[in-house]
Amino acid sequence: MSITLDRICKRHGSATVLSDVSLDIARGEFLALVGPSGSGKTTLLRLIAGLERDYDGTIRIGGTDVGPIPARERRIGFVFQNYALFRHMTAADNIAFGLRVRPRATRPAAADIARRVAELLALVQLDGLGTRYPHQLSGGQRQRVALARALAIDPQVLLLDEPLGALDPPIRVELRAMLRDLHLRLGLTTLLVTHDLGEAAELSDRIAVLRAGRIEQIGTIATLDATPASAFVFGFLGDSISLPAPDGKRALIRPDEVGLTPGDGPAVIIAVHLGIRQTRYTVQHGPHRFDVVLRGAPHPGLAAGAHCTVDLSAARIVSA
Amino acid sequence: MRQRAARAVPGFPLTLAMTLVWLTGIVLIPMTALALRPWSLGLSGVLHSLAEPRVLAALRLSFGTAIASAVIDLPLGLLLAWVLVRYRFPGRRLLDGLIDLPFAFPTAVGGITFTALYASTGWLGAPLAAIGISIAYTPLGILVALCFVGLPFIVRTAEAVLRDLPGEVEEAAATLGARPAQIVARVVLPALFPALVTGFGLAFARAVGEYGSVIFIAGNMPMRTEIAPLMIVIRLQQFDYAGAAAIGLAMLLVSLLCLAGIAALRRRLEL
Repeated sequence: MSITLDRICKRHGSATVLSDVSLDIARGEFLALVGPSGSGKTTLLRLIAGLERDYDGTIRIGGTDVGPIPARERRIGFVFQNYALFRHMTAADNIAFGLRVRPRATRPAAADIARRVAELLALVQLDGLGTRYPHQLSGGQRQRVALARALAIDPQVLLLDEPLGALDPPIRVELRAMLRDLHLRLGLTTLLVTHDLGEAAELSDRIAVLRAGRIEQIGTIATLDATPASAFVFGFLGDSISLPAPDGKRALIRPDEVGLTPGDGPAVIIAVHLGIRQTRYTVQHGPHRFDVVLRGAPHPGLAAGAHCTVDLSAARIVSA
Repeated sequence: MRQRAARAVPGFPLTLAMTLVWLTGIVLIPMTALALRPWSLGLSGVLHSLAEPRVLAALRLSFGTAIASAVIDLPLGLLLAWVLVRYRFPGRRLLDGLIDLPFAFPTAVGGITFTALYASTGWLGAPLAAIGISIAYTPLGILVALCFVGLPFIVRTAEAVLRDLPGEVEEAAATLGARPAQIVARVVLPALFPALVTGFGLAFARAVGEYGSVIFIAGNMPMRTEIAPLMIVIRLQQFDYAGAAAIGLAMLLVSLLCLAGIAALRRRLEL
């Protein structure tokens, strides 16, 4: 189902959490919401799910205004960062929960529920672990159960709130691949909240960058990277050097797009920091001090104290 | 030398030894003494001493009111714990402190206060008497006093688990289509159940042996409002030590049986 947000405002007491957020998510689209902590991305997700009320504006799912519809009737799959599994139930019972709480008239027969649970366990690659309790499962396995549980209700849309945030890096990579695979297979309209831009870039069709309750920019990762709407977006996508431009604005440059040529020049190397297959040089150029990142091991001609020339020929300069 | 992980508490042999010494001194020896004492009457003497109608009535009353008070405290304590954990309101800290009052309060003071309040001339007793309900000097009065001493056990055990239960679990249940009643019945209560069983056991155990707060409000009428601990005191005053110990032993055995049942239930719930 498509999701349409029209001029959403939300306040917590006197603080404005979201102001004037409008967003269209097409049917089957995978959209990532990124932004610093407190930018309102989780609140947006919770509003769509109906877990938070009292907002201004309209939320439509598949064209229907869901404002008056309580969370339990929205048929939205929600996955929490900390799994929120029912710990007194086995994995299978967790997954079956959404089917078992249905009113008698629409509740599937026990055998059908069991079949569906087995299907879902297979879908999230947990065959044979249905009888385990959450405390007997690893973090990654728990999140797979939570995902299967959300999918069991045949949701109209899938909302993922930092689903990989609590997991170790190797497990994150594994689950990332599974999420991508599930989206390809099921084609569910999906909203992912994350603070990991790499995750957003890999999984989503489009990325919305939130800042202080507003959408700063929305587009594919290529668009955001090539034409950032603001210094904030540019900065959010990676490290940046900010220098005063002649027109009074600031010029923003990626530190890894700047070149340094050893030899006589106006710039001086202040410090050299080792990295993994790259080296970061702190450079003093006139009144400006900034970091430049070059690939490879430290260059012998660029030791601390050495003079050099700063080469901006390959750098994209964004003015803001 | 074998490397050992550094721990703040000194080694296992020392801690175990201290535990055993204490346990022996304050639990094991007195209990053994209690278990041995009645048999100076001989088996038939013990049975005879217990079969006295007044004693049987007292045992029935003590265990009956103890179970009833724990049953009443269960929903009350759960509600209090829920309010304390889930809501922030002015006076919450004060309420939180008040919960523990029955732990700290001299129980006799509580008992006398209850008696004054619930006597047919008291603030609460008078209006109740007007509609034909008398509390003081009836088993109902005993129940009131036992509910008072048992409540904090249930609140504190339930509170600890509730605090641990993230609100997200209820939200997850809601997004999955559960109605509020289903969330309580299928998600919240089952998670709390082991703690509630423990709290119930503690409140019950406390209520069975409670003396100070009950003795004033009970009225202590033979066959009607005499509790078992009072029968023990009465026999002691008659220098019938073996007879007193017989009642004590009977209470000990029934209590152990009840607590073992509760422990078994808890283990099943905790897998």
